Amino acid sequence: MSGSAPESIKTTIADPRLQLAIYTATGRLMQHRATSIAGDRLPQYQDLRTQANAVKRHTIENLDYYLEQFEAQVKAHGGKVVFCQDGAEVADFVLGLAKERNARLLVKSKSMTTEEIEFNERVEHHGLEAVETDLGEYIIQLAQQKPYHIVAPALHLTRFDVADVFTKKLGIEREVVIEKQTKIARAVLREKFLAADIGITGANFLIADSGAVVVVENEGNARLTSSAPRIHIAVAGIEKMIPRAADLAVFLKLLGRSATGQDMTVYTSFLSGSRRSDETDGPEEFYVVLLDNGRTKLLADKDKRQSLYCIRCGACLNHCPVYRKIGGHNYPWIYSGPIGAIITPQFHGVSQDPWLPFASSLCGACAEVCPVKIEIPKLLLQLRSDVTHAKQRKGEGGLERLGFNLLAWVAGRPALFALLGSLGARFMPRDKKTGWAKLPGFLQVGPLKNWISQRELPAPAAKSFRQLWQERQASK
Amino acid sequence: MSRETVLHKVRSALGRTPGQAPAVAPPPLLFSPAMDNEARVASFIGRFEALGGKAVRVRDGAAARAWLGEFLGERTAVASNSPYLRSCGCADFPPVEVSKADVGITSADYALAETGTLVMLSSAKEARLVSLLPPVHVAIFPKSSILVGLDELFTVVPAPAESTSAMVMITGPSRTADIEQILVRGVHGPGEIYSVIVDE
Repeated sequence: MSGSAPESIKTTIADPRLQLAIYTATGRLMQHRATSIAGDRLPQYQDLRTQANAVKRHTIENLDYYLEQFEAQVKAHGGKVVFCQDGAEVADFVLGLAKERNARLLVKSKSMTTEEIEFNERVEHHGLEAVETDLGEYIIQLAQQKPYHIVAPALHLTRFDVADVFTKKLGIEREVVIEKQTKIARAVLREKFLAADIGITGANFLIADSGAVVVVENEGNARLTSSAPRIHIAVAGIEKMIPRAADLAVFLKLLGRSATGQDMTVYTSFLSGSRRSDETDGPEEFYVVLLDNGRTKLLADKDKRQSLYCIRCGACLNHCPVYRKIGGHNYPWIYSGPIGAIITPQFHGVSQDPWLPFASSLCGACAEVCPVKIEIPKLLLQLRSDVTHAKQRKGEGGLERLGFNLLAWVAGRPALFALLGSLGARFMPRDKKTGWAKLPGFLQVGPLKNWISQRELPAPAAKSFRQLWQERQASK
Repeated sequence: MSRETVLHKVRSALGRTPGQAPAVAPPPLLFSPAMDNEARVASFIGRFEALGGKAVRVRDGAAARAWLGEFLGERTAVASNSPYLRSCGCADFPPVEVSKADVGITSADYALAETGTLVMLSSAKEARLVSLLPPVHVAIFPKSSILVGLDELFTVVPAPAESTSAMVMITGPSRTADIEQILVRGVHGPGEIYSVIVDE
């Protein structure tokens, strides 16, 4: 188990354009969120978070009941639920249906779940065309990249990058004006919407008592995807469930504000079943794919199952000092930032990217802004412990263990601890410029050198705390 | 069959058995702030226009029709089958395909004062695409349709799926900020949106 953080982090940090893009975008999102939840705008904010957490906890702990209720309700409204264990099963279902219905063109609205299972690659491999229709996702798809951010997938690209991609992939004249680029995408994609056989959306929420999927968006592409083609398939993780339509009052107030600082996103679609007999448009067939893909593994861990409360608002990314430095593409999976750091190891096993739970200063900003109150720092600590135990089982990490055992041994002997402390205070060399302590050269070797290279050691005070305390007690 | 496998995995992870009743759910949290009719109209207009929409207040159906006639000018329009539009005389236009029309005209089942939102329930009277495909959307509705906000909406319509396959909430013009966080209106949906609020 030697997986360390990717070298590409250094490139990201050294790229001033990228650093500016990440800082500006996340900074703006942070500011918008703060304004939208301020006391004069949303006095009930903390009550809403508490309620959202309680509802999610309840739903997750009784998930089998709500899955079955949801399934029955979808059926009652003329739709069908398809349970899938993994991405291969999702692809099999869609490919099978496409074949039966003689469908060739799929339009898609933004969905992290289909990114998770690499849906497009899977179906394109079998000759179907799957077109992303969210502007950011469309650009990313043309550029053959992965989303940079849960909410803002093309956050890292400038208008000039977009111009390059459009020129190369659409064979059009170079266009660098953002409004015009948007118009180009609208025109290309409008044709796709009207020609598509199948529309694929994700789901922000699944409503058990209604058999409904709820999709929020700003562009209108999810409305078109779910309304124009004759078949609508929603793909969602099983954890997206909430019990009642009325619970949306709480979740919708939190989601838009936490994500982009919008009181409501432009479009919120509450979709249940196929077109009713008296309706004049809408899909003739309605399917909901409920995906496990490792979620039941998380469910089994009582301490960490709260990771499944996530509503993918992206607030923890925007507020994370690590994400804001290293960006989205240096995380091992499509889920980046603090939420990625806690769910990736749980989906993939802690041994695959053991560095990940450690890539955090545990500052707690993520937990503070999480609308469903996931205790991310606490989970990071638990995952660190899991990584360390896994290393021990493999006989790794011996040196680190030796170091900490040594520290424990010294700390358990007050006289020795005091002696070493006073020696350190007297003889520890200091950096002339900064005044901080500097480890003597003979100690700067091997792992200790690596460790110290990223850390500043404050200069020891002339008198130790224990000395000061004794003096103070004596002078009383 | 993956259905059984997934449900079985969920149950064993949670230590539950098939058919076991759920624990008692926390009751829904719905606020009910009081807001009189005039305050609702004012709040709706304020929020709707802050988002880039344009609100017009008219005395009655005839005034709505007059405003609409002037607004449309030479443009083509498609209207939904809403009886309310018909009662205002805002429903008859030379036929044009909805994907080719300049303006889509609908009513709204509800509007939300707190957020400047239009709520549309798809039905025989309101198609989904009229408020979506044309580049301009005009919604004409009586001021009595304005609710306070989401809490009141889900109190009045606790089970949307019982009556429609699609309840859509529209809050401002279609927009994106996907390139450099620059706001652009009218991506896939209408870039211009108008609310005509009828007093009567």
